[in-house]
Amino acid sequence: MYKRLFRCVREFKKPTAVSLFFISLEAVVECFIPFITADLVNRIQADSGIEMVEILKTGLLLVVMAILSLSCGTIAGRACAKASAGFARNVRHDVFHNIQNFAFHNIDKFSTSSLVTRLTTDINHVQMSYMMIIRTAIRAPLMLVFSVVMSAIMGGALAATFVVVIPVLAGGLLLVSRKAMPAFRRVFKKYDRLNESIEENVRAMRVVKGFSREEYEKEKFGDASENIRRDFTTAERIVALNTPIMQLCMNFNMIFVMIIGSQLVVTTGSIGIGEMTAMLTYGVQVLMQLMMLSMIYVMLTMSAESFRRIAEVLAEKSSLTDPEDPITTIADGSIDFNGVSFKYVEGAERYALSDIDLHIRSGMTVGILGGTGSSKSTLVQLIPRLYDVSEGAVCVGGVDVRRYGLEALRNSVAMVLQKNLLFSGTIKENLRWGNPDATDEELVEACKLAQADEFVQSFPDGYDTFIEQGGTNVSGGQKQRLCIARALLKKPKILILDDSTSAVDTKTDALIRGGFKRFIPETTKIIIAQRVASVQDADLILVMDGGRIAAQGTHDELLKTSEIYREVYEQQTNGGGDDE
Amino acid sequence: MSKPMGRGPMHDGRKIDVKALGRVVKLFVSSYPRLIPLVVVCIIGAAIVAACPAIFTQQVFAALEEALKNGWDWPTVSAEILPLIGILAGLYAMSLTFTTVQSQLMAYITQGFLNKLRRKMFDGMQNLPIRYFDTHKHGDIMSHYTNDIDTLRQLVSQSLPSLLQACIIVVTVLCIMLYFSVWMTLLVLAGVTVMFFVSKKIGGGSAKYFIRQQRAVGKMEGYVQEMMNGQKVIKVFCHEDEVREGFDKANDELYEDAYRAHAYANILGPVIMQLGNILYVFCAIVGGLLVITGASNVGFAMMPFSVSLIVPFLNMTKQFTGNVNQVSQQINSIAMGLAGAQRVFALMDEVPEEDDGYVTLVNAVIDQNGNVTEVAHHTGQWAWKHPHTDGSLTYTPLRGDVEMTEVDFGYEENKPVLHEVSVYAKPGQKVAFVGATGAGKTTITNLINRFYDIADGKIRYDGININKIKKSDLRRSLGIVLQETNLFTGSVMDNIRYGNLDATDEECIKAAELVGAHDFITRLPEGYNTELSGNGANLSQGQRQMIAIARAAVADPPVMILDEATSSIDTRTEAIVARGMDKLMEGRTVFVIAHRLSTVMNSDVIMVLDHGRIIERGSHNDLIAQKGTYYQLYTGAFELE
Repeated sequence: MYKRLFRCVREFKKPTAVSLFFISLEAVVECFIPFITADLVNRIQADSGIEMVEILKTGLLLVVMAILSLSCGTIAGRACAKASAGFARNVRHDVFHNIQNFAFHNIDKFSTSSLVTRLTTDINHVQMSYMMIIRTAIRAPLMLVFSVVMSAIMGGALAATFVVVIPVLAGGLLLVSRKAMPAFRRVFKKYDRLNESIEENVRAMRVVKGFSREEYEKEKFGDASENIRRDFTTAERIVALNTPIMQLCMNFNMIFVMIIGSQLVVTTGSIGIGEMTAMLTYGVQVLMQLMMLSMIYVMLTMSAESFRRIAEVLAEKSSLTDPEDPITTIADGSIDFNGVSFKYVEGAERYALSDIDLHIRSGMTVGILGGTGSSKSTLVQLIPRLYDVSEGAVCVGGVDVRRYGLEALRNSVAMVLQKNLLFSGTIKENLRWGNPDATDEELVEACKLAQADEFVQSFPDGYDTFIEQGGTNVSGGQKQRLCIARALLKKPKILILDDSTSAVDTKTDALIRGGFKRFIPETTKIIIAQRVASVQDADLILVMDGGRIAAQGTHDELLKTSEIYREVYEQQTNGGGDDE
Repeated sequence: MSKPMGRGPMHDGRKIDVKALGRVVKLFVSSYPRLIPLVVVCIIGAAIVAACPAIFTQQVFAALEEALKNGWDWPTVSAEILPLIGILAGLYAMSLTFTTVQSQLMAYITQGFLNKLRRKMFDGMQNLPIRYFDTHKHGDIMSHYTNDIDTLRQLVSQSLPSLLQACIIVVTVLCIMLYFSVWMTLLVLAGVTVMFFVSKKIGGGSAKYFIRQQRAVGKMEGYVQEMMNGQKVIKVFCHEDEVREGFDKANDELYEDAYRAHAYANILGPVIMQLGNILYVFCAIVGGLLVITGASNVGFAMMPFSVSLIVPFLNMTKQFTGNVNQVSQQINSIAMGLAGAQRVFALMDEVPEEDDGYVTLVNAVIDQNGNVTEVAHHTGQWAWKHPHTDGSLTYTPLRGDVEMTEVDFGYEENKPVLHEVSVYAKPGQKVAFVGATGAGKTTITNLINRFYDIADGKIRYDGININKIKKSDLRRSLGIVLQETNLFTGSVMDNIRYGNLDATDEECIKAAELVGAHDFITRLPEGYNTELSGNGANLSQGQRQMIAIARAAVADPPVMILDEATSSIDTRTEAIVARGMDKLMEGRTVFVIAHRLSTVMNSDVIMVLDHGRIIERGSHNDLIAQKGTYYQLYTGAFELE
């Protein structure tokens, strides 16, 4: 699973390698610097008096080493930044591009906010971890081995201290991390929940204040916060044990070297005082490196969740794919549902649609009515193959939709979604989503048909008016009409409006429908609506109830045959009209 | 170990705001006034004890040298050495105790401090006026609790203690260096100054790109947010490739800035460290020269330049620069922590909602003659308790009479939203507001419950100026159901009970039955105990709204405000809810805002609003007869939204 993630390194393998190389080089130089420093001090301390030339020589060597180390550090630092930022860029790129391949089914599976988090926070964690790995993965073990080897050479028997200290420290650190990590995971889960509840509180502030529940909310939050404090303290206290353990090991090392070393110096003479001091320095270095390694271990485990969440998106394959031999031309706008049943999740108990048999001729206008949750939207979403049927088949132009190329199919079936959206950009740019090559005249034409031209012209900037994110600077009815115009620009064979005129007044609504009849008679039109008036004059009206077609026919027929239809009709016409 | 929660706050250009730092420290210390001094003592103790072992190791080595020179045997030597090592072990034990106590206490204190801070922030936030929430992005408010608190955690638990420790060591070492030689110390200080400037330069570059990176992150996140929201539209229009292109552009930009920001940050460490090494060499050379030339020394020790002075001095140089490096590494996280602190303070310093109200709502018994007596227990009857300046008390029964007289209001000064609006609602009347988005319908209801205060005019509730009524009591007497339903994490029962915390289960169920929600609730997997989360994500919009209506019903207020309360319910379900709503509205003063005219038709008075003015008022039949705007709306000649 993670292999796919690390394949994102791509062109940043080189900076990664450069960085690893120079960090290693820097580590080696760093190991030598204490030697030369010691040498410099020895020159000053020399019995024969101070040899200025020697001091200058050694000093120069040290300066050269420092500059070398500095250069290595600088090169490595830059390369490392490049590698980790680049890796993050590639991961983000791959994740986003893969999301674009998602089918509706995949999009439903991940919520919008979780996808955003994965693309931002999670990838940040990955970037930091990658940088950390580069910086320590080679350096720490290298320094560790170097120090152990050097002390074995210099200290001989004294290196035995590591036999005791390394296992104790490594074991101690591991134990602390092991204990701390589950504690932290628990805390973070609670923390996330706390944040959710703050968000809930902020969002619902009008309710909180409306019911004067400030004190109640404070109490609720206080309890949750206190709860987290307790857990967090426990977790932090476990981690805080690292410092004393580390110190204990260093102290042990010191005393061990002091006692055994002194004895060796006096009794055997196998080592000198200089070697003893060196042993102390290397001892500290060994322990520091172990500490570093334990830190990476903890950090990696902590960000493992981010790695997993990203890998999950990368591994997600679109549930809809083009057939091997896709058909790219759609003969006409006829639609057939042959024994179609559908459920959103394979294991679901309830079918969202069952036993749909429906035949629509090209050029017909079809209205669909039904209560919330009657699966009106689900039915029409099967036509442009936003989802695949569970049973039966949906045919467009006499051919099963699964045999068409997806792009060809969707270009012929234009759909205005219930939750329609405009994107930040000018009106022109938004409209051209329908057809990037549309001329200005074509844009105006489509807008006229959607009854949008008039209000667009009334804006100071006309078609160049900038639409804010989410289309907040146009009214609901205007937004809906722009979305219809955008769909019309596709010049589709089938046009589906999913409750797309709910905010448009009845008069304009009627004008739009009249326009459709006159100017795009060839196009099959499917209109989902709440208002009977919007579908009254359709060639065929479907009444949906509980995932089935409860009744179908023309307005007059349904008034006689369908109780639901009659009820809705009477309610809405009761005393005149209904306006939404 | 930090959980990186979201992206960090804006880099503040590495400027340390001393005032903010002082405030953090003060707040921190005052949160545990006894424990924190103890921690400080531990830190200082550990720092001092850490310096002592060097003396004893030096003595051990001296003894060894002596032994080697004189050819002592091990028992003699050990008699000399072992007591020294014993003292050493004792010092270690002390230092270990200090560190253990300090690190354990620190973990305890940090979390306790953050808990207090979080609660202080949240408590303060509950008292802020609605205006604050209307004018701040929710994501932005949230980041106070996530990013900012997190950077503060780093600041108090890591940066400040290590800064304190490094400073103690720097000062100690500086004193010792001055003791040895003033000239040499000046040399070291000159070197440190250079290090300081270099680190400022590199740090400045880093800060510049960190700011740019934050901007690029914001841009990228905005793009991602928009596209993820519109993902289905993208699919329907086969617009994937264009969107990819747009993303790649933002992504590449972010990469460039992230790369440069981190490059600078990564370079800082090695540069400072090696500058330290070079300074060391300088000191060695200059020191050597001074000894050879026999230059005269100035120092508190009054020692001439000699080898025995230069060698320990060099060691101190190393220690000194090492700690300076430590400080420079901390500067960045301190700057970031303080930026977080400033944002936290900004939230805490927000002016809370003012409440000068002194008229309170009390339980009462009202006899046949209309005499009101205040009682302590719940009677189902309420009265306004009104203390007057002359010390007398009057009680007015709670009836639900609302009068607005020539009210002017604007959310911003000079941008009036309402002009001379007068509304009279008698107890039990249903008043409807109709008008286009932005006409001022919701604004009127915002004024009645004092979410906002009027600029001019008067609003009276049961004849009392609402400015005199305690806000919480005023709001308790007003039930609101909003278009945007907000449910809380918890069971359905808890959510209904939110309207009246004292309500029994039976009362909650009765309220649900009243508004027609009982039926669907019992069909939920666990009935009234079904847990809701994510604003009731597992319910339909209509079901959520029915729960919100039940919540208002259980509060049983004399006045109800229904702001598009049934807009998300389809007309067929609305018919069912309408029966419940009618029952709910019985005997109450009700303000209704709806764009479905069928919902408002049976109101006693309908107000048609246009650009903040009431242009028509009257019953449905009156308005139809007038053939004005309402008539046009009704016949569908006009668009509402």
